[in-house]
Amino acid sequence: MGLWFSLFTVVILVLLVFMGVGVVGLNSLFGILIPYAALLIFLVGVVYRVGKWTKAPVPFRIPTTCGQQKSHPWIKANNFESPSNTFGVLVRMALEVLLFRSLFRNTRAELRADGPRVVYGGTKWLWLAGLAFHWSFLLILIRHLRFFTEPIPFFVNLVASMDGLFEIGVPTLYVTDIIILLAVTYLFLRRVVIPQIRYISLAADYFPLFLILGVALSGVLMRHFYKVDIYKVKELATGLFSFHPLVPEGIGLAFYIHLFLVSTLLAYFPFSKLMHMGGVFLSPTRNLANNNRMRRHVNPWNYPVKVHTYEEYEDEFREKMKAVGLPVEKE
Amino acid sequence: MNNRIIIIAGLIIFLCLITFPIWYNVVGGKAAYAPELKIVSEEKQCVESTKYMRAKHMQLLNDWRNSVVREDKRTYTALDGKKYDMSLSNTCLKCHSNKADFCDKCHNYVEVTPTCWNCHVAPEGNKL
Repeated sequence: MGLWFSLFTVVILVLLVFMGVGVVGLNSLFGILIPYAALLIFLVGVVYRVGKWTKAPVPFRIPTTCGQQKSHPWIKANNFESPSNTFGVLVRMALEVLLFRSLFRNTRAELRADGPRVVYGGTKWLWLAGLAFHWSFLLILIRHLRFFTEPIPFFVNLVASMDGLFEIGVPTLYVTDIIILLAVTYLFLRRVVIPQIRYISLAADYFPLFLILGVALSGVLMRHFYKVDIYKVKELATGLFSFHPLVPEGIGLAFYIHLFLVSTLLAYFPFSKLMHMGGVFLSPTRNLANNNRMRRHVNPWNYPVKVHTYEEYEDEFREKMKAVGLPVEKE
Repeated sequence: MNNRIIIIAGLIIFLCLITFPIWYNVVGGKAAYAPELKIVSEEKQCVESTKYMRAKHMQLLNDWRNSVVREDKRTYTALDGKKYDMSLSNTCLKCHSNKADFCDKCHNYVEVTPTCWNCHVAPEGNKL
């Protein structure tokens, strides 16, 4: 259900461009207005949602740990898996954000016929595809800066030349283009083929996958098959980013399809699970130091508890205590 | 516990990074720049139509190279039936002798680094 709905929606989006740009000729709508609106929704939406998260109180430390916590000096502590200080948290977060450490631990239970017995094993495919996908996406984004900036910063060419190291074909085939297509395809097939994951997959899972697949595919097709005039593409892009928008004639329909799918992705971003981009930094099970036994964390909305200390008690009853012969601390 | 300051700092860093093209173009001030290509030839048309050449000149040159170097076929028949000698130095550069104002302008603008000059002797500036 969710699968067909998502696929159908992406197909409709592409057809919209065919109609809007190809037939009606609404180039400035698809080339200027929609990208601007999408960028605005993206920025405001992300700020709004992260802003909402800042208001969420975190009263307790709830890190998930998978290593020895800091205790006695003769017990070796694992500061990255059970961090006791900020440095440990920083390393742990870096491993999580850059290398998807927790996904690396993904395990799978399997019922073996002999016995029968349950066997647990590591399964790294999700981690591998996820990592390949995210890093490719980042490198592709950096590569795109050649269309967005003038003069082009040095690192863009560095990334592009590494990416096209094999110099296959003209224009050069980028490795990340191939990797992202394979990885997204795997991430999609996994949702369809594995019954348990298919059962929990919703439109909100399929739609971003199809959308990103559409973005990547339209980009690759545009680079290698349905040529567009990248000189004019850059004019349009730098025009957008410097707030002097213009729509050069004759860029090619493939570009508008690519741009519209990217705009949709940007506008959809704040409303979707894609917000895990910001959310990963705010995972309380990851970003809190495991120092519950070293420090007292007081719940900030605890009402002040009325206490009656022993000193006060003794002050109140000192004479009576003395009278019955009870020992007192202060005479 | 509330880490409002850290989160807001992170958000600001993110916004700075994501809006890099905007402030880079605004600060750099060359955003409206688009190179003008100079054509210094009397000829009315290139080997193929302008539209074709703009989109596919790199593939055409690649095909030429493969054809000449690997198959020893040196004559190109254009879509309109005209025949050309497949040669970068003798055919292309005959009209487009101004590498700096023609090839490089566009290639630099969109950061393309063609491998033509790995083998061919590159014209210096606009001179053959």
